[in-house]
Amino acid sequence: MKRVGVFLCWCGSNIAGTVDVGKVAEQVRRLPGVVYVEENKYTCSEPGQASLIKAVKERKLDRVVVASCSPRLHEPTFRRTVEAAGLNPYFFEMANVREHCSWVHPDKETATPKAFDIVRKAVAKALRLEALSRGSIAIEKKALVVGGGIAGIQAALDIADAGHKVILLEREPTIGGRMAQLDKTFPTLDCSSCILTPKMVDAAKHPNITLYSYSELEKVEGYIGNFTVTIRKKARGVDEILCTGCGMCQTKCPIKVSSEFDEGMGQRKAIYSPFPQAVPNKPVIDRVNCTFYKTGKCKICEKFCEAKAIRFDQEDTILEEKVGAIVMATGFDLFDVTRYGEYGYGLYPNVITSMQLERLINASGPTEGKIKKPSDHEIPKSVAFILCVGSRDEQKGTTYCSRACCMYSIKHAMQYRDKVKDGRAYVFYMDIRTPGKSYEEFYKRAAVDYGVEFIRGRPSKIYGRGGKLIVKAEDTLLGRPIEVEVEMVVLAPAMVSRHDAAKMAQTLSVSYDGYGFLTEAHPKLRPVETNTAGIFLAGACQGPKDIPDTVAQASAAGAKVIGLLSHDTMATEPMIARVNEALCSGCLWCKPICPYKAIDGKTIQEKIAGKLVSRQVAAVNSGLCHGCGACTVACRDGAMNLAGFTNDQMLAEVDELLGWYDRPARSAD
Amino acid sequence: MTAETMRYAYYPGCSLHSTAREYDLSVKAVARAAGVELLEIPDWNCCGASSAHVTDPFLGFALPARTLAQGEEMGLDIMAPCAACYGRLMAAKEEAHRHPDFVRRFEAASGRRFSAKRPVLNVLEFLTAEKVAPAIGAAVKRPLSGLKVASYYGCLLVRPPKVTHFDDAERPVIMDRVLETIGATPVDFPFKTECCGASLGISRVDLVIELAARIVEAAKGAGAEAIAVACPLCQTNLDGRQAAAATKRRETFGLPVYYVTQLVGLALGLRPAALGLGRQTVDTMGLLRQKKLA
Repeated sequence: MKRVGVFLCWCGSNIAGTVDVGKVAEQVRRLPGVVYVEENKYTCSEPGQASLIKAVKERKLDRVVVASCSPRLHEPTFRRTVEAAGLNPYFFEMANVREHCSWVHPDKETATPKAFDIVRKAVAKALRLEALSRGSIAIEKKALVVGGGIAGIQAALDIADAGHKVILLEREPTIGGRMAQLDKTFPTLDCSSCILTPKMVDAAKHPNITLYSYSELEKVEGYIGNFTVTIRKKARGVDEILCTGCGMCQTKCPIKVSSEFDEGMGQRKAIYSPFPQAVPNKPVIDRVNCTFYKTGKCKICEKFCEAKAIRFDQEDTILEEKVGAIVMATGFDLFDVTRYGEYGYGLYPNVITSMQLERLINASGPTEGKIKKPSDHEIPKSVAFILCVGSRDEQKGTTYCSRACCMYSIKHAMQYRDKVKDGRAYVFYMDIRTPGKSYEEFYKRAAVDYGVEFIRGRPSKIYGRGGKLIVKAEDTLLGRPIEVEVEMVVLAPAMVSRHDAAKMAQTLSVSYDGYGFLTEAHPKLRPVETNTAGIFLAGACQGPKDIPDTVAQASAAGAKVIGLLSHDTMATEPMIARVNEALCSGCLWCKPICPYKAIDGKTIQEKIAGKLVSRQVAAVNSGLCHGCGACTVACRDGAMNLAGFTNDQMLAEVDELLGWYDRPARSAD
Repeated sequence: MTAETMRYAYYPGCSLHSTAREYDLSVKAVARAAGVELLEIPDWNCCGASSAHVTDPFLGFALPARTLAQGEEMGLDIMAPCAACYGRLMAAKEEAHRHPDFVRRFEAASGRRFSAKRPVLNVLEFLTAEKVAPAIGAAVKRPLSGLKVASYYGCLLVRPPKVTHFDDAERPVIMDRVLETIGATPVDFPFKTECCGASLGISRVDLVIELAARIVEAAKGAGAEAIAVACPLCQTNLDGRQAAAATKRRETFGLPVYYVTQLVGLALGLRPAALGLGRQTVDTMGLLRQKKLA
């Protein structure tokens, strides 16, 4: 005789506001199998849970139904409660009368009967629940951090310091990412490289960190605790062990090409290291531009290399690693500002982006820290900084705010005013957003002490006249159109996802949004996890942010990884597919359907009519199965069933809702 | 090259039969010289450009839709030299695609079928059309060497981009390319699509004078000797108000404003009178004589 207890939650007024819970309770009491009904204001609260446990014990309940919110929110909570009450946690069923009822219907007249339907459906299923037990899998105590910018470096250091092994993977020849391109960081105006390079060196030297630079992530297979990742170490053309980093090859190389690190404002050689403090400080041969790969001639670098480290015939190597957790820290790109034809980028050489300005201001950049106009290399006497180029623009750009540009443009304006004492700096803005610690004070200093001129109005056009640039805008605070003549314009482009973010996300089976940013599991409460167990996020790949937030998020992701790797094994969900071998015909139609490649064929021996027969049946890998149920639909024989959502249980729900069969009042057995 | 591809349904619109007669003349002359037949749509009606769409939305689309239907009945693509007419015809096409209800309502009201599937060309698309461009290229007799011309596109050819789908809305180049093919020297300048004041030329002449002044001085500042346009209102404002603009600026401008088809016609060896040249406010013949192009 089954004894079902039903716990109806008010959820404050979230449910009770639209559902007459009392009325539902009355009806539920009369359902066959239900021996106890209770109403709670907040079932998930401590008193609510205590009451549930008490009822289970005192009333000797063996099945629990909670009618409240979405299982995505509190199913784990109530499973723990039921377990604490002494029952197998899988004798628990949740009826979602909030997200599926009270939150989507406005009127009590129709919502109340629907809530009752949902509850009686859950009771019908509850009567057919089985005890399930969790399995356990081993956890590989190693983490992979994809991306060697400040986010990846921070996460890697935190995980390594906790005693776990880390692989730090970076696609560029050096780690350091965007921060290495910056000159000074707001609000302290710390030199970016000065605070970054010690961490870069720590990461490279840490005994627990293996650094694969100039390498790409090719493939990811497996599941939390047991990922197998395939890494391609691209061929540098240089033997990393023999190379001393002396730089002679770069000095002697005759080929100059535009430098990506300098955002096109300077040049590099065909054999190059992106910047002087690169880690590892080993150059890379750019095979597209190197003369040897084009014509077979030159080889000047080889002639001058004293360490004999040049290896033109070096090839990519592929390697496989097993890791337990992955942190995505792949960073961001900048919006293509040529989409704003009206701003003249590409037409006028003195219209540049903020990252290009960063390279000019940087003392180790192409102009040795002098802000020079690209057109004539003179110092500009006036500069206009244009905010939100691409951001906050439904028409031509992205809808979101890129979060860091107000602060860095103010920084740039201050730096310019500091270097050019009689120069005029204008910041054209829609809003100035400076929410962080000391940010508002930074903004005020710029206006009051540094004489930066702020104009509220988004420019409509930037064009050239007489060798200067005219910025046309409306000064909305004055309420009239203005034209400001300047010598240089700096555009603040939106922060966008990497051009191959979608592909990377698909490699990892991680969700991403319409803008290519990787999706967190919950925007408020789970900002560093993804919906793919074992994969975590850090930094701008999750959304635009500044360095303090990036580092905080990186350490948070690190903490999650440390938590995961601190156990030797982890429990696996038992609600996975299982094969009834007696019914299975071995057709294996389920195998190609499985999105997780969790099904394979296996041979079993059976005695049939006195003879020992070998035949094939399907077998489910419990580690890989995610319990999606696609195989149970494909199975023609009904041999495949999903524990926790068996065919029997699902059909009982349908029968209950539709009442098709004229059955006598159902007994509880 | 079938016979059909060198025939277009021709929609002159109100201005080409009146104040912009020289545009009509020059378009037809160029078409004839290139072997293209322009068949004026019989009983065409006003496209409603100035007032219909602010009076009644359905009327605003129905008027040009009738023209589209007529073109379909003729079985030809439509060519509309006036930028405003072109803009309204394209808007009606866009409306038909977005709102099938409009098509039903229009068909019921007019008794005409229309699918909005046939292309509508502005004069620049016509001059650079796949079959037309080589014919024009082949017919060039006297390239306009040494003539420095700034192309002024105005607003209606390139905006709204989602309706006209034509060229680049901020930095269009098609008219400059046409000038290149007839041997002239296109002069790039930053005010190609800046507003000239349009129909404010009637109610707020002072504004048009100021806006025209900015455009003309920008063109002159970039080194242009003349301006090419593809719209009757652009021509009226930049030509008719140029003297007042010059007075306001205390300058002399003296930049003749040619229809692009007049320049193409000259390059094809046609006589200036046949192209309606000599009827403009700012003298158009002096520069041509000086360059030995007429």
